[in-house]
Amino acid sequence: MIGALRESPAVNRFVRNPLSVLGLVLVLTIVILAVGADVLTPYPAHRGPIGDLVQRNSEPALVHLFGTDLMGRDLLTRIVYGYRLSLMLGVVVLAIAVPIGVGLGLCAGYFGGWTETIIMRLTDVFLSVPPLVLAMSIMGFLEPTLTSGMLAVTAMWWPWYARLAYNLARSEAREGYVLAAELIGASPAHIVVREILPNAMPSILTKMTLDMGFVILIASSLSFLGLGVQPPTPDLGSMVAEGARYMPDSWWLALFPAFAIFIAVLGFNLLGDGLRDALDIQA
Amino acid sequence: MTPLARKLARRLALSLVVLAGVSVLMFLIARIIPGDPARIALGPNATAEAVESLRDRLHLNEPLAVQYAIFVRDVFQGDLGVSLYTNRPVTTDIAEFLPATLELVFVAGALMILLGIPLGTLAARYQNRWPDHLLRLVSLLGVSTPAFVWAVVLMLFLSYFVPWFPVDGRIDEALRPEAVTGFLLIDTALAGDGRGFLSALHHIILPALALAASGIGQTARLTRANVVEAYRQPYVEMAQAYGFAERRIANRYALRPALIPALTILGLDFAAMLGNAFLVESVFSWPGLSRYGVQVILRKDLNAIVGTVLVISAFFLIINIIVDLLVSVINPRIRLAEGERR
Repeated sequence: MIGALRESPAVNRFVRNPLSVLGLVLVLTIVILAVGADVLTPYPAHRGPIGDLVQRNSEPALVHLFGTDLMGRDLLTRIVYGYRLSLMLGVVVLAIAVPIGVGLGLCAGYFGGWTETIIMRLTDVFLSVPPLVLAMSIMGFLEPTLTSGMLAVTAMWWPWYARLAYNLARSEAREGYVLAAELIGASPAHIVVREILPNAMPSILTKMTLDMGFVILIASSLSFLGLGVQPPTPDLGSMVAEGARYMPDSWWLALFPAFAIFIAVLGFNLLGDGLRDALDIQA
Repeated sequence: MTPLARKLARRLALSLVVLAGVSVLMFLIARIIPGDPARIALGPNATAEAVESLRDRLHLNEPLAVQYAIFVRDVFQGDLGVSLYTNRPVTTDIAEFLPATLELVFVAGALMILLGIPLGTLAARYQNRWPDHLLRLVSLLGVSTPAFVWAVVLMLFLSYFVPWFPVDGRIDEALRPEAVTGFLLIDTALAGDGRGFLSALHHIILPALALAASGIGQTARLTRANVVEAYRQPYVEMAQAYGFAERRIANRYALRPALIPALTILGLDFAAMLGNAFLVESVFSWPGLSRYGVQVILRKDLNAIVGTVLVISAFFLIINIIVDLLVSVINPRIRLAEGERR
């Protein structure tokens, strides 16, 4: 298994780019931290509303590497739990948005005609509202909770996958293997699901890696504006918003969560870029 | 009709269709959500009669299609309804807050071009040497950092730790010019007020930089890739063989084709900036559409939300049309192809 990986040119290309490897390391670190937060963080109890009031608002020091907030909660602990929430949100959003977008896009690209017109014009409409504005306005009609946040981000995300899958289906539909399948009388459902989809998967998966970073970015932007997860749930965006009110004296409150968001987005970007270059695909 | 005018007409028509789609979309989202907008607007203590009369005034008792028809008729009369939050027409509210936001977005767009394109050209000139590596780092920082993080970090370091820039506001209040366009840079320039202009510029630089940060990186990266590509083209080799001056080759032969993709990205980035403006504005207390937008969203002020989204989308579409036209002006191949199609 390892030997096969080592001989694969794609793996070679990936490993030879230090930035891609850095991305992989960052993402793995974040995932491990998020999954093992209960064991790995110094003060797991601080993920809730209650902290250690004696230690409140203390500067970064050895006991509290990133300092504490106004409730005396360890900032490092809350950031790690923030990662857990961000990753969960990203996975849920993509798990809903990607199948919807890809399904619609493949149908539009393969069937053409009215199907194409309706689906792709609908996609245009969604894409002609600036992404964050669309998510915000959907939040406007819902209660500000985690679930609505996910819903809003999902609603703005599926069109990108529809467009990608549409383009992929259009180019694949002219390939020999699709024509061959049509000639032996395969059903359209079989062709779309069993023939075209597998060939579109590498592009879709790579885009998903890149998008994890951007979903985290958009979701944290929403909660930064107060339109998402509500306290005391630790969320990176609302932590920055809260901390910005106590600048410059308690500078660590805004700076460290902000840095944490940057690291997460950077990691997924580098990993996604690396995968795209290594696999040499459109995403 | 000239080809350019035909193109313009076609794009305008298409944009109107898309905008109609956006209006249906927003309208449907606003109406299918659970809860009674009138009840939400009046709060839990309002009497049933008050809610019923507001429902009547908002036409909420009509069938959905009739509601939409009324809405469209009003939009064409320039009426987006009354904001339940400010109790003023939504158009009045938007007209008051939009210029500040647009000024910010335009200055950010200018920064994107003025910094991104030279940086990209520089990196292409010194390909794979340290300026190139530095640019790669900067653009990675740019795209991986949400606008509100840029805003917070820039403010912390350049307004608080090193107090070079103001923390909030658009201008030194003593110097506020008489409102003509609502764009303070233009209003002070029109009034010939040099100090006011500088004050407005001083206030807008930091928020505009925060807003432009990701776009600068993207523009620079794209410009670099295209300039590198252009230098490999036969026509550049030919120009070099003719012994044209290096500067002329760089500007006329390498940079010009590289500008086209950069401009296209600019169009897309405007969408991102119109959204991100909300974040940057809230950090810098910039009195634009943001505070209004967030307030109306938190208060479920349907008319105001729908109106704001429509106006922002319209601006986005208009900017994209302008970008398209600019591209066909710069690119003779598109210009000529349009001409042939007649």
